[in-house]
Amino acid sequence: MSKINELFNGKIHAINVGIEFFKDDIIKQNANASHLDWKPPGGGKPELINALDRLENVAVAEKIAAANKLAVERIINSQPMLVGFDQAINVVPGMTKTTILHAGPPITWDKMCGAMKGAVTGAIVFEGLAKDIEEAEQVAASGAITFSPCHEHNCVGSMAGVTSASMFMHVVKNKTYGNVAYTNLSEQMAKILRMGANDESVIARLNWMRDVLGPMLRDAMKIAGEIDLRLMLAQALHMGDECHNRNNAGTSLLIQALTPYILETEFTKEQKREVFDFVASSDYFSGPTWMAMCKCALDAAHGIENSTIVTTMARNGVEFGIRVSGMAGNTWFTGPAQKVIGPMFAGYKPEDSGLDIGDSAITETYGIGGFAMAAAPAIVALVGGTVEEAIGFSTTMKEITTAENPNVTIPLLDFSGVPTGIDIRQVIQTGILPIINTAIAHKDAGIGMIGAGITYPPMEAFEKALLAVTETISE
Amino acid sequence: MSTKVVIKQSTYFDSVSLMSLSTKANQIEGVEQAVIAMGTDMNKEVLKNVGLLTPELEAAKTSDLMIVVKAATDELCESALMAIEELFKKKGGSKSATEIKYSTIDSAAASIPEANLAVISVNGAFAAREARKALENDLHVMLFSDNVSIEEEIALKQFAHEKGLLMMGPDCGTAIIGNVALCFGNAVRKGNIGIVGASGTGSQEVSVRIHDFGGGITQLIGTGGRDLSEQVGGIMMLDGIKALEEDEATKVIVLISKPPAPSVQEKVLAQVKSCKKPVVVYFIGGEETAVLEAGGHFAKTSKEAAIKAVVLAGANEDELNKRALNWPLIEEVRAKLTPEQKYVRGLFCGGTLCDEAMYLAMDKYEDVYSNIQKKADYKLKNIHESKAHTFLDMGDDDFTNGKPHPMIDPSTRIARFLEEAKDPSVGVILMDFILGFGSHEDPVGVMLPAIIEAKAQAAKEGRHLEILGYVLGTDLDTPNFDEQVKKLMDAGVTIASSSTNAGLLAREFVAKGE
Repeated sequence: MSKINELFNGKIHAINVGIEFFKDDIIKQNANASHLDWKPPGGGKPELINALDRLENVAVAEKIAAANKLAVERIINSQPMLVGFDQAINVVPGMTKTTILHAGPPITWDKMCGAMKGAVTGAIVFEGLAKDIEEAEQVAASGAITFSPCHEHNCVGSMAGVTSASMFMHVVKNKTYGNVAYTNLSEQMAKILRMGANDESVIARLNWMRDVLGPMLRDAMKIAGEIDLRLMLAQALHMGDECHNRNNAGTSLLIQALTPYILETEFTKEQKREVFDFVASSDYFSGPTWMAMCKCALDAAHGIENSTIVTTMARNGVEFGIRVSGMAGNTWFTGPAQKVIGPMFAGYKPEDSGLDIGDSAITETYGIGGFAMAAAPAIVALVGGTVEEAIGFSTTMKEITTAENPNVTIPLLDFSGVPTGIDIRQVIQTGILPIINTAIAHKDAGIGMIGAGITYPPMEAFEKALLAVTETISE
Repeated sequence: MSTKVVIKQSTYFDSVSLMSLSTKANQIEGVEQAVIAMGTDMNKEVLKNVGLLTPELEAAKTSDLMIVVKAATDELCESALMAIEELFKKKGGSKSATEIKYSTIDSAAASIPEANLAVISVNGAFAAREARKALENDLHVMLFSDNVSIEEEIALKQFAHEKGLLMMGPDCGTAIIGNVALCFGNAVRKGNIGIVGASGTGSQEVSVRIHDFGGGITQLIGTGGRDLSEQVGGIMMLDGIKALEEDEATKVIVLISKPPAPSVQEKVLAQVKSCKKPVVVYFIGGEETAVLEAGGHFAKTSKEAAIKAVVLAGANEDELNKRALNWPLIEEVRAKLTPEQKYVRGLFCGGTLCDEAMYLAMDKYEDVYSNIQKKADYKLKNIHESKAHTFLDMGDDDFTNGKPHPMIDPSTRIARFLEEAKDPSVGVILMDFILGFGSHEDPVGVMLPAIIEAKAQAAKEGRHLEILGYVLGTDLDTPNFDEQVKKLMDAGVTIASSSTNAGLLAREFVAKGE
């Protein structure tokens, strides 16, 4: 029987695109219809539709499909292991005593937002490159400091992402592909450098982290050898974290794994007590750890010719930048950083907030954080307030991703894997932007975190990426 | 300024919920500042900074919930506290899991394996792309959108033909597949007559007449108006005939179109010739000879097409109520009209209904003007000004540019009607009212005040204004057919029983000196 005759004899199930009452009329006649939540592809811009059309040429589409399959396989099969802690100067590629790494795409001192300037000057004082914040500003402006994005040094950094030579870093090695990723230690939730604070209490804590916490973790990991972070991440999701804004379970698991080795180090009981108290002071302790884990997996998927998979999303508080696998190296596509909308600490108002900042969107790039909201019903207030909305965010992200990661699953969604492998073509086609749940830093230097909520990348970054990728892929 | 404090002992909320509650509390009307937080040192510090820390709050423990409200008056504070209490209450009965929404045809098709058809009505600039995606996913397509280029149409139809899929449209308003009307369509009985139509309202009309004559239909395949053009070459009509020929339930096939390009007519009639089932051909204004040579059954009007179809499908012709033209009525109307009331003005929502009435008028009169006239001399230069006999397809692009179709938004037709009603040379105004899926919920009701007003005005001027209405619909349609007809009759409107009769009555009403 021909397909048309099959249609005559079968039960109609229509997919309705456009006028919604056509769907209602079909349902009234006891047939099935599903209405699409459709938006013009590429926001209706002809050059983007042309680009999508070009990429849909059969030969081109096949090339991309093969490249994306490889990229996503590498993300999923990556097995990032925590293998140590050490000072940045000892491990981070390209690090010098006068280098300061920052979050997001490249930016110069004069253009940095308040929180990042606050963090940079704090770090300069911490490194002994200036005696106070005032002098640090002069040093920062003098050209004596090399500013560079964390991402261009195999690193990621929370919020301002400011990382200097003496800071202790996680060292995360990809057991499958061999690449290494780094990130610094959580300063926990207080007046902290990564949020732009830089007073004496901040510097004192950084000194303690350099002198006690970092060396203790380093020594503990020398004994421990390695900790499987992907396995721990999967457990944390099953315990109700999405591992970007909720890290309660992950922090418990991480410190539980580290504790026996911490106890074996040569430090005093008082120092160990300080470390445990510090970890207990905030559930955020493991937050950076997951970022390094995600970075380690995504770097393994970067630089695959013809791939349209996003390997980086990062913001510097002024610009949002993405990197795409098929555009090897440090090719950034940027647009303006957006506001973060969500609940705020008592006493603060939306007009106090700075723009979206930090490398933490690496978690969403991997498929957790906002993408895994359905795993973390406890913090649904961030995304509107209901569990249903949280589930909606996770299922919507499947529209712009290529696969589900079978190694990291969400119980509430029948243990389906987290949406993995953001495809810039699908973002442009659907108009759906990756959802990011993130902290809100105060717009001025020296204050810190004032809330948390939801934000999105600027579509512009994906538009630029699509046009550039289209140029590089030939039939 | 007033401040109120509530402390709830040993009441725990996590910080994210409290941030959310605080944010909402600060939006309560009259609230100057509201803080809802656990009694931690950090939160007390915040309260101190904003000057709200009282000794009572100072004494709160980490496990205590602190609620502080600052407002202009005590009353406002109290009402805000009550509103905050409401915020703590659960919203009750969580909604059932919502239907998953898909954003693209690709993802919907991948997730709904039983999907077999896409109905596409997005802006023409994006429509071809979506149609192609649907075809790639093995979905049949009903492409409602207009403004799709002919090159795109050809490419889509060739692709569909290769894949053995239906590609209805672009600009296809009507189809009935498996007894389900898509977009615009009427509730017609299931039967054994299959229709392939290159015209939307023409197909609707024939399906409704078939129902009226006691018959029913299997499938109504809309091809879109350009299918029988030279360029497209009738790809979908040819595939449609073939599919209906292979369809066991179909006994008779009816083809409807505006006059096809000659080369295409040749192709279509060749297929009619080889078709094992009887085929009724109604090409508006078409020639009989070629159809008969091809072994087809020629129909000059939509009504004739329906009658031939039901008879070929097994009805007894003698038992049909063919709804013959009411000549006494014609005489009666002629007598009421003054000698100068010579002209018909047709104001149509349905393009083919307009076409049919116009062709019937052209059989009798020379001076028949329209916005859709094929003869250049009689195509209206200014569509806003009627001349002699004028038939307007108000659903044509000239009228709908930037506006909804008159089947949905009747405002343009109402204005034009009131204008025509003032013209002393007008004898009859003919209008169609289309019922069914996709149409206005009360097409008669929206026109009625204007009809009553125009009738009254003409009476005041001592002239009879004949208004002829045709309601396209079946007894199964919504809104109710009988009620729509009754409303018109109550307002003094004469009712035609078919599109064909509407055209014939209109032209005969204004005929003089026969």
